Amino acid sequence: MSDLLSIDDLGPAGIDDLLGLSESFVEVTQRDIPKIPALRGKTIVTLFYEDSTRTRLSFETAAKRLSADTMSFTAASSAVGKGESLLDTVRTIEAMGTDAMVVRHRSAGAPHRIASWIDAAVVNAGDGRHEHPTQALLDLLTLRRRLGADVFRGLRVGIIGDVRHSRVARSGVKAFAAVGADVTVVGPPTLLPESLEGWPARATTDLDDALPELDVVYLLRIQRERLGSALVPSLREYTSRYGLTAARAARLKPDTVIMHPGPMNRGVEIAAEVADGPASIITEQVSNGVAVRMAVLWSLLGSGAPVA
Amino acid sequence: MPDCPDEFVIKGGRVVDVTGDRVADVLVQDGMVAAVGRRVEGAPVLDAGGCIVVPGFVDLHAHLREPGDEDAETIETGARAAALGGFTAVVAMPNTRPPLDDAAVVASVLAAGRTSVCDVAASGCITKGRLGEELAPMGELYALGVRIFTDDGAHVGDAGVMRNALEYARALPGAVVAQHAEDPTLAAGGHMHEGAWSSRLGIPGRSGAAEATVVARDVMLAELTGTPVHFLHISTAAAVDILRDAKARGIAVTAEVAPHHFTLTDAECRTFDPAFKVHPPLRTDADVAAIKEGLADGTIDAIATDHAPHVPEAKERPFEEAPPGMLGLETAFALTLTELVEPGVLDLVDALACLSWRPAAIAGLDAHGGPIEPGRPANLCVVDPAVHWEVDPTRLASRARNTPYGGRKLTGRVRHTVLRGEPVVVDGIAQR
Repeated sequence: MSDLLSIDDLGPAGIDDLLGLSESFVEVTQRDIPKIPALRGKTIVTLFYEDSTRTRLSFETAAKRLSADTMSFTAASSAVGKGESLLDTVRTIEAMGTDAMVVRHRSAGAPHRIASWIDAAVVNAGDGRHEHPTQALLDLLTLRRRLGADVFRGLRVGIIGDVRHSRVARSGVKAFAAVGADVTVVGPPTLLPESLEGWPARATTDLDDALPELDVVYLLRIQRERLGSALVPSLREYTSRYGLTAARAARLKPDTVIMHPGPMNRGVEIAAEVADGPASIITEQVSNGVAVRMAVLWSLLGSGAPVA
Repeated sequence: MPDCPDEFVIKGGRVVDVTGDRVADVLVQDGMVAAVGRRVEGAPVLDAGGCIVVPGFVDLHAHLREPGDEDAETIETGARAAALGGFTAVVAMPNTRPPLDDAAVVASVLAAGRTSVCDVAASGCITKGRLGEELAPMGELYALGVRIFTDDGAHVGDAGVMRNALEYARALPGAVVAQHAEDPTLAAGGHMHEGAWSSRLGIPGRSGAAEATVVARDVMLAELTGTPVHFLHISTAAAVDILRDAKARGIAVTAEVAPHHFTLTDAECRTFDPAFKVHPPLRTDADVAAIKEGLADGTIDAIATDHAPHVPEAKERPFEEAPPGMLGLETAFALTLTELVEPGVLDLVDALACLSWRPAAIAGLDAHGGPIEPGRPANLCVVDPAVHWEVDPTRLASRARNTPYGGRKLTGRVRHTVLRGEPVVVDGIAQR
């Protein structure tokens, strides 16, 4: 693996390797001094063309715990405002001596373009509506740590909400399906993909019908701008039809877990008491992010061998 | 060929035009065809052995970028690319900066075209600033020779404005109103065809319905007003069906298709390379099949390039941020031969009709596309249908490099182009 642009780059075996590696990095992050010299001398740049404090911090923390040097580039504070092209920006950064670029961009495929222009490894930290592969990996790691390594085959996963505009959903569907889970996407027709051809998932518009069968309820963030573009009448109607309210949560199987990539709109796609309830593993998702990103960076820049 | 003789003979070719197909030599004198027949002797020779001699091609749809974006293309470089592609006339699209909504700007384009190696016919805007609101001075532009009115790149969305433009054009004999049929509210924010690939790639889509709904509406407006409507770069099966039905009902509509819409599909976008970004977007296999059917049964009248040069930096961006458009002038004939004639979709004469005399008739360009016979202006091209070549973006004459066909192997190439008796391309080399 020379880049991580899409879950497609990994395949089931690649995902399994990364999850195994991530488990050992979880152990590292729990040490008194949670830092190893694995990537000493390597330079990792986070190149963020879109605001995302949590993903950027997660990658930077991962890089630092591997003893890599980090540089941070955000569109607002850069020459981008002066009209510099993406190609020029990327070549300039590479010329300073960079081993990996972690890229977040508002346009689908931007990391793919960058990977075609430079030799440094490129990690997709979210591109438009396309993919967010490390999010999907940390979701799998969270489930595996909670439910066991052999949990995935036949696991019923429902991804609920604005699937059409979601990079989390696009990576998630591929990753869950790759490890053998049975994936259903749920939402109003205006927020489901226009076509599901080639998606390893089923779709339904009826949440209440799907809910009792699910082992994993994965909620997506609903954005207010979908109201302005006439895709959903109101947040209240959205909540009444697709929100995980306390009443709906009560109908879940007792061992069903609830996930959300954050940031949450409490009271919209998920009720506050459900987000904070015993079935929720949302906080674990966040803490597992660093270990997964350490595993990705180690695979790309280090030997990728198991770490003690 | 030594510096531009007043008299020469195009020797040994197969002459194909609207009247038929025969082996003959063509004597050119003082800018005109002087004789067509067997073994014309006594003049310098332009060899056409194994080649086809046809009326020069006519492109209804080229973005020459002048004025305003001369770093992407100029009338001079665009005309050279056109001549190398076998075109003796191109219709320059109006989305320049400033746009062709003003007599002075149109006059400047026509003036620059007069010294170039391909005739340049200017289109004129339908509405001022291509904003779809107030009519452009169509009569003034018509007086300068404009026959095709279009806001291309933009769509005339207001049905009332479109109807008024069509009615107004009734007073301008031979004028054609040409629509870029994409409803902006349905295509809003989209960057590729809306379908399986856009859904997988997460690239916002432009629905095929954005085209078909406008075609249906404007067919009705053509019927209402009696003014011919020409549909630019048709790309969907639904639009082809609507046009077929309209023609069967005798409504005055014509349509063109760009080579990329019968040679490429939306699957190309999976690499996120903006070379494949164009409006209307690359569609599905089913749409490509329907476009070919429309060409074969005459529903589609012409092949037009939608040649759209961009500076390299413009395409060195993420797909969603790059401008739409691709080069077309230097590959149109070979793509037509390779993808339509060789597989038997069109016979050679029908394919040449789509590239030459049918578009010439739509644009009212009397000096082009006519039969190759004594007394006609010598606007000709000679194509070698047997030569195989590979598209090398660095060797194109256009100032821009944004072809989606780099590395593609094609059959058939333009060998000579003759503009008003001047051999402007000889053996594939532009003479000036």
